[in-house]
Amino acid sequence: MSHHPVQPNWPARIGIALAALAALVFAIALAVTIGEMRIPLATAFQALGNGLFDLGYPVSAIQQGVIFDYRLSRALLAGLCGGALALSGAILQALLRNPLAEPYILGISAGASTGAVAVMILGFGGAALTVSGGAFLGSVAALLIVALLAAGAGGASDRVILAGVAGSQLFNAATATIVTTLASAEQARGVMFWLLGNFGGVRWPDVFVATPVALAGFAICMLHAKALDAFAFGADAAASLGVAVTRVRIVLFAVTAVMTATMVSIVGTIGFVGLVIPHAARFLVGPGHARLLPVCLVIGAIFMILADILSRILVPQQILPIGVVTALVGAPAFAIILYRARRPA
Amino acid sequence: MTLSARDVSWGASGRMIVGGVTLEAAPGKILGLIGPNGSGKSSLLRLLCRLRKVSSGVVELDGRDIGEVSRRELARRLAFVEQQATTEIQLSVCDVVRLGRTPHRGALASWNAADEQAVDAALARVGMSERHDQHWHTLSGGERQRVHIARALAQTPSELILDEPTNHLDIQHQLSILTLVRRLGVTCIVALHDLNLAALFCDEIALLHEGRLVASGTPETVLTEETIKRVFGVAVRIGASASGRRHIEYLVDPDCYGDAAP
Repeated sequence: MSHHPVQPNWPARIGIALAALAALVFAIALAVTIGEMRIPLATAFQALGNGLFDLGYPVSAIQQGVIFDYRLSRALLAGLCGGALALSGAILQALLRNPLAEPYILGISAGASTGAVAVMILGFGGAALTVSGGAFLGSVAALLIVALLAAGAGGASDRVILAGVAGSQLFNAATATIVTTLASAEQARGVMFWLLGNFGGVRWPDVFVATPVALAGFAICMLHAKALDAFAFGADAAASLGVAVTRVRIVLFAVTAVMTATMVSIVGTIGFVGLVIPHAARFLVGPGHARLLPVCLVIGAIFMILADILSRILVPQQILPIGVVTALVGAPAFAIILYRARRPA
Repeated sequence: MTLSARDVSWGASGRMIVGGVTLEAAPGKILGLIGPNGSGKSSLLRLLCRLRKVSSGVVELDGRDIGEVSRRELARRLAFVEQQATTEIQLSVCDVVRLGRTPHRGALASWNAADEQAVDAALARVGMSERHDQHWHTLSGGERQRVHIARALAQTPSELILDEPTNHLDIQHQLSILTLVRRLGVTCIVALHDLNLAALFCDEIALLHEGRLVASGTPETVLTEETIKRVFGVAVRIGASASGRRHIEYLVDPDCYGDAAP
């Protein structure tokens, strides 16, 4: 009678995982070879061998440097960032029961950038606070403000989006105030470019920070996959199914805040990835979180790597902010979701 | 002895909503909870399944304070069906019923044969086996309520709490849902709006008024003309239904028919 296999189909799962990994590697390979300096794929792999295992292939120092020091770290970070933001979107959509929830729309990214700018320009927190630390405090502050606003407005799930819009405006205004009044012209230009999302300054140490955050975040989310499913009919329904609602909410909101803050502090705010990818993933594998979350991670990563390639080649001799590219894809998708989510009369 | 409340009180923002209620659900029987709007029925049900914490008093399951039982352990014994809970997520009927297995599965456990069996059995008991793969959003109100009951049954509870399960359903589905509940053989506490349905389907009735328990016992002892007049503020005449149960006839001012009066 049942159409669902009782036992998980391991060969199929492993096959899909391998295919996803291959797609990811292919996207990274594309990102490494495409650019102002075109590099053959073979050279790219040779440079990778040199960089990782010191194999001594004959690759010119310039190509070696471009591939290993710039493009590879950049592609990996783009992947981590896309995966983490997509994951955050999926988590927020489940917990808040709102298809429009994601870190950017809820103001978490805006809060993170205010925190980061406060540290960068005001020197807020002195030496004790890094840019990432500031971004984390900012994102938590934004999350709390949005939660309070939403609760004050009655707590319905559509109020959360309104509260997020208000929170975003507030934090964007704070960021703009800090930048326009206190930053030097040069600082201001740098910050504005960073705010729209920019993978240009990424180096290996950033990858070493982002990797554990994204992977640990993913692991924690996976441990809560069944609890997230149980939120389908609301918090009371989840609680009556045995889910420790308050604890799950705190843990997962914190994970979302940390992942968003880390990515924002490295590359700035990038919108719509957290919105679009979970919906695309749900379309592919359905709403169950045990499948949805890994698919979000992989598609988010591939999407962001491709978006970064686009940002580099769309306008010759210029690099578009990555946020512009994701918004070009994301804004129409947002409109479609909004249209489809309207309540039947 | 199954689920019982002893002198249970609860309030929100300084207002008493449930005040000193004591009741007990007899094993395998149906206890109906009736009362006017705002009398605390929904709140009391939420206290009984620990969705809210009691301010004072104690709720016990087999003599154990449910405040000391883990939420997961509680969910394996006690299931709750909300009034008209819905979702915007694209779920199928079996996706929803599968949620009932949540308290039985560890964080990393994969779906096993026992889970599958519990889901199939639950769907069969509510008569929705053929709808296994149908989308939630294409179901009628009565069908959704059946699926919710199946989800609750997949928890394999010994006690089932239902908050106005017949709300917004047409009369055919009201009767079929309550008939279904009676046949489950599980201890049930059901909040009901309709006094006649309560009289027809409940073994015992507890009547709430302004958060307090006004009367409890068999339908015959609780549903009297005086009590209904006092609590609901309406005049009734109590008769007997064809099935030998209480039937409540509402008496209205004959003037309201005007010239059309018979």
